[in-house]
Amino acid sequence: MTQPMRIRAKLKGDEVEAKILIQHDMETGLRKTADGTKIPPHFIKTLIVKYDDKVVLESVMGIAVSKDPFLSFTFNGGAKGGTLSVTWIDNFDETRTDTVIVD
Amino acid sequence: MRRMKQLVFFVLALHISIGLYAESNSLEESDIYKELIEDGNPAEFREMRGDELWHKKYAPNNVSLEQCDLGKGPGVIEGAYVELPRYFPDVNKVMDLEQRLIYCKTTILGLTYEQAVSSPFSIAGQSSEIEALVSYITAASKGMMMAVKLEHPMEKDAYEIGKKLFFYRAGSHDFGCVTCHSSNNKRIRLQNLPNLLVANDAQATYTTWPAYRLSQGEVRTMQHRIIDCLRQQRFPEAKYASDAITALTMFMAKNAEGGIYNAPAIKR
Amino acid sequence: MKKLILLILSTGFIAGCASSTTGKDYNAEMLKLLESDFKSKGSVKVERVLQQDDVQNFCSALEGKAASIDELAEIRNSQLITVKYPEDSQYLGDWKAGNEIASNGKGGQYSDPVGTTSGGNCYGCHQLTKEEVAYGTIGPSLYQYGKLRGNSEDIYKYTWAKIYNAQAFIACSSMPRFGHQGILTEQQIKDVMALLLVPESPVNQ
Repeated sequence: MTQPMRIRAKLKGDEVEAKILIQHDMETGLRKTADGTKIPPHFIKTLIVKYDDKVVLESVMGIAVSKDPFLSFTFNGGAKGGTLSVTWIDNFDETRTDTVIVD
Repeated sequence: MRRMKQLVFFVLALHISIGLYAESNSLEESDIYKELIEDGNPAEFREMRGDELWHKKYAPNNVSLEQCDLGKGPGVIEGAYVELPRYFPDVNKVMDLEQRLIYCKTTILGLTYEQAVSSPFSIAGQSSEIEALVSYITAASKGMMMAVKLEHPMEKDAYEIGKKLFFYRAGSHDFGCVTCHSSNNKRIRLQNLPNLLVANDAQATYTTWPAYRLSQGEVRTMQHRIIDCLRQQRFPEAKYASDAITALTMFMAKNAEGGIYNAPAIKR
Repeated sequence: MKKLILLILSTGFIAGCASSTTGKDYNAEMLKLLESDFKSKGSVKVERVLQQDDVQNFCSALEGKAASIDELAEIRNSQLITVKYPEDSQYLGDWKAGNEIASNGKGGQYSDPVGTTSGGNCYGCHQLTKEEVAYGTIGPSLYQYGKLRGNSEDIYKYTWAKIYNAQAFIACSSMPRFGHQGILTEQQIKDVMALLLVPESPVNQ
């Protein structure tokens, strides 16, 4: 059970600046525990960000992205009061969606 | 997708520039880190987990840690960390936060000492509850001024013993804390070294632990850092939650007097 | 030697008195914690850190304050006589190996497997080659060390002694006593010497 994503979406001039902090182990599958057992891979495969049902960012992630990933980006066409929703799907086919209202 | 690549490039550039400009003084570096914290600090997830653990009902007594007295009364966590380490009359000794949490885990929750001190540091495949609790409790002191008092004679003793430990050079390399932490504007490789004997560096250092350490992918406490320093000093293994650690912590916490607490922070 | 012991004893006594307003011997209290709160692991023994040598004891007791000119001279003299110069009088080894020794920070920690060969970790504190930008500033830059000093017998002996026992020249120096404490072997020191002094070494470009 992961913690909710911390999402901030702020209108700055014409653009909305989105900052997303995700709690996820992003385990590469290459690490081992102290006794030498390999830890199975567990990482986000896809991240989709939608503004009011329109996809504004789609990201293919993988084991090169570090634990508890943070990403920040801007997009046009957003306004205060709109809904930003962030969804990730990982290699276990687990998924999580969190939403926030644009400020 | 292009934006994504731009972001990766920006983050890479930021990391490289932090490396190359490591000659910069502690002030510039803390500005860089402040920005990173404002953007989003994964320590927040540990704070949230700590919040859950503080209120969770544990077997065998089916009670929570909520009545744990961290020095300001049972259950008061606001401002508790900036007054630690401190003397606790119920045990007639000086304790730091982790010693006190272990005490509460044994007396309130009914755990054995071994259970209470198990897994103090998150490792691959196993999260630490203590790190989460420390994140939660320290966050409740954010923005407050360091307020460690040396009123009780045992608090003064802890400070003086910590000071002796700080200056103690021994082992194969003749290292002591003093070797790396008693001069201004020095660095080891590219890691800036605070002068823990002067106020501004002592404040900047103590007020930013615990921290989410990017190199570890976990929140690490001041104690974790101290134990690791001692290892690198070619000292034998310091025992977790021991009085030696508390003494060193007391020395540093008192030297940080006047600093504004700003943790959990984010560090390399 | 007797003078030094007397000096150390008296300094320890004074330092002890000065720091205890309650008549407490904080040094003794601290040593008790060293014994109870640390455990031997790997190649690192608690017994060793409980026994400081004369120099460690004296320098620790200063607690950052200055010692007298005489005290410092005593230490330098006592440390200079510990220096063992190479029997074959060959001071220079292989600078490539020397650069690896300078980059290697392992050895002597309880996390190092027993029997690990130590490095010198010179880059931890010093600049050496132009290429390596990840260098520390605890010690002075050694860039162009040989180029600036030349290759005389005197410079070889001085550099050797400095690496072997840095306190032969600066009492209470922060620099580990690589030869005297057995951290680096004679061959390793020769390799580091080559890194510093051989004209072809990247340090001297």
